[in-house]
Amino acid sequence: MTPSNAQLLWMYQTMVEIRDYEETMAKVYLEGKLPPNVQKGLAFDIGAGPVPGEMHLAAGQEPVAVGVCAHLRIDDTVVGAHRPHHFAIAKGVPLNEMTAEMFGKDTGLGRGKGGHMHLFDPAHKFSCSGIVGASMPPACGAALAAKKRGTDAVAVAFFGEGATNQGAFHESMNLAALWKLPVIFVCEDNKYAISVEKSVSTSIEWNSDRAVAYGMPGIGVAENDAVAVFKAAATAVARARSGAGPTLIEVKTDRYLGHFQGDPETYRPKGETATLRKNDPIPRLGAQLRELGLLDDDADKALRKAARDRVAAAYDFARKSPYPKPEDALLHVFI
Amino acid sequence: MTRKLTMAQAVSEAIAQEMSRDPEVFVMGEDVGKYGGIFSATSGLLDKFGKDRIMDTPISETAFIGAGIGAAADGMRPIVELMFVDFFGVCMDMIYNHMAKNIYMAGGNIRLPMVLMAGIGGGYNDAAQHSQCLYATFAHMPGMKVVVPSNAYDAKGLMMQAIRDDNPVVFLFHKGIMGLSWMSYFEGSTNEVPEAPYTIPFGEARIVREGADVTIVTLSQMVQKAVLAAEELAAAGISVEIVDLRTVVPLDKDTILRSVRKTGRLLIADEDYLSYGLSGEIAAVIAENLDSVALKAPIRRLAVPDVPIPFSRPLEQFVIPQVSAIVAAARALVAAPQPAISLEETHA
Repeated sequence: MTPSNAQLLWMYQTMVEIRDYEETMAKVYLEGKLPPNVQKGLAFDIGAGPVPGEMHLAAGQEPVAVGVCAHLRIDDTVVGAHRPHHFAIAKGVPLNEMTAEMFGKDTGLGRGKGGHMHLFDPAHKFSCSGIVGASMPPACGAALAAKKRGTDAVAVAFFGEGATNQGAFHESMNLAALWKLPVIFVCEDNKYAISVEKSVSTSIEWNSDRAVAYGMPGIGVAENDAVAVFKAAATAVARARSGAGPTLIEVKTDRYLGHFQGDPETYRPKGETATLRKNDPIPRLGAQLRELGLLDDDADKALRKAARDRVAAAYDFARKSPYPKPEDALLHVFI
Repeated sequence: MTRKLTMAQAVSEAIAQEMSRDPEVFVMGEDVGKYGGIFSATSGLLDKFGKDRIMDTPISETAFIGAGIGAAADGMRPIVELMFVDFFGVCMDMIYNHMAKNIYMAGGNIRLPMVLMAGIGGGYNDAAQHSQCLYATFAHMPGMKVVVPSNAYDAKGLMMQAIRDDNPVVFLFHKGIMGLSWMSYFEGSTNEVPEAPYTIPFGEARIVREGADVTIVTLSQMVQKAVLAAEELAAAGISVEIVDLRTVVPLDKDTILRSVRKTGRLLIADEDYLSYGLSGEIAAVIAENLDSVALKAPIRRLAVPDVPIPFSRPLEQFVIPQVSAIVAAARALVAAPQPAISLEETHA
């Protein structure tokens, strides 16, 4: 299945928005964290500034999010991992509340209790977890609920290649195949589990080959390309909706930034990021759109400005939002 | 109409009635189907509801407890059995990092109506990996309600309450009070249970027996031991009040305080580990309220003395507080106020 013109445009525009969001966050995140505004002797202060804590950004990995989410409806579930923004944006999670959550504000998705790795938006059936490998079991549960209710909703679990050596991965693969759950497992292979290369951690080159051990199809996508991911996901989502069961997809993607912001990235070969950026999937899709007559300079400029405005408005909303009252920390252990 | 039920029968009846009432309720776990649960908590349910609602799972606790979380977040009401509570080690990430925390991290914007049930307790020589109680471990970590019934009547009402709760509930049944045909049990746990559905609110301890001289705060199987001890003590002229906590989270501090204000003496009888646990917590409740509680003697604690549960019968009987230990500790409390004596002495 090839994407329609509308789907191509949506993927492009959404990738532009994700990239703008992540690059904006990379800047905002550094506010207040660098010398001379930090404790003497520190190179960086992780707990300072308007967005404290860890920050995992997904610039470069946009094709995985849009290629899969292009097939999803609002009643489909997405469970993401610790690097979740691209999935959230592609699933339709509102930028304002999502950003406010990362600022720890009362208007955030979790009223400031979750932060950037723990975004919960039940209206868009989106959640994520900071624990590696933890997206898969709950995605199986959402798929189980859909199956029990006889709907054709599906669930997607996104995770990195580092998660595939967790027990949760193997247990979930077996359970999903055994029960023919409408779930799609999507592995983002960005080459590094923090600093550890896949070749150091994983006994095979393609995790998608592991699917056969569980009696489900495995699809490997060799290109960090939205249309390639779209095609793989089309097959997997259709299979899940039809009740035929799960699929494992692995996409070779690229992480342009550190594991987290502030990562010295000493494990990368010199110049690797610059090389990766030469194969940027956003201009590549833009060029395809131009060839198809779906985009010209003016339209591109307008689309980029609109994305930039939405992102800027979200950061503005987050900055201007109030913090929760300190004693609100005592609320919401239970409902 | 009431009839005598074992605690296992009461639990499975509660689940059956809720499943009949609410199509969103289902059960999954190891051996919950044809076997009816290793401790009979789901006995007869497969025949009534079929395999789509009573689901045997692979031995993959991380996957199926996580799936319970996902289904609950989607509005279903899964009851997930972790056969022995001791097995929490293979799936604790799903339990304490996800089930327990997701509501909080979502700022209260999601519901997680899930019951995680498991068998607890020793006394039948199953050794260190199949005999623990661990309710205090779950209670220590925020985000889980922890229910620990001592008898069939309470088990039914508390299970129905657990299933209807929109929060995660850990429901822990002691194997030695389930009334199983293959394990000796305390018969006081088998009692009259109404056939009609009913709920028991969480956070309301039950006064099992009123008394004037000593309060015994306890829970689960230890309640039945305390009842036997109280009878023996009554014959010796010591009047015991027994408080059955029923739920550890929430904890009914008011009932504890009211009872200890009345008797002035507190014995905590617990089958979990001694240090950093339930008995210390109950003692702290009293310590923090000494302005309104006049103790006639120092608080005494009976619990497993910080060793894994040993296999051999005399060793296990020594570390798990027995009726005789409760009697001895209560007698010592009623004697003149004195410094606390060591556990070894209370077990002698």
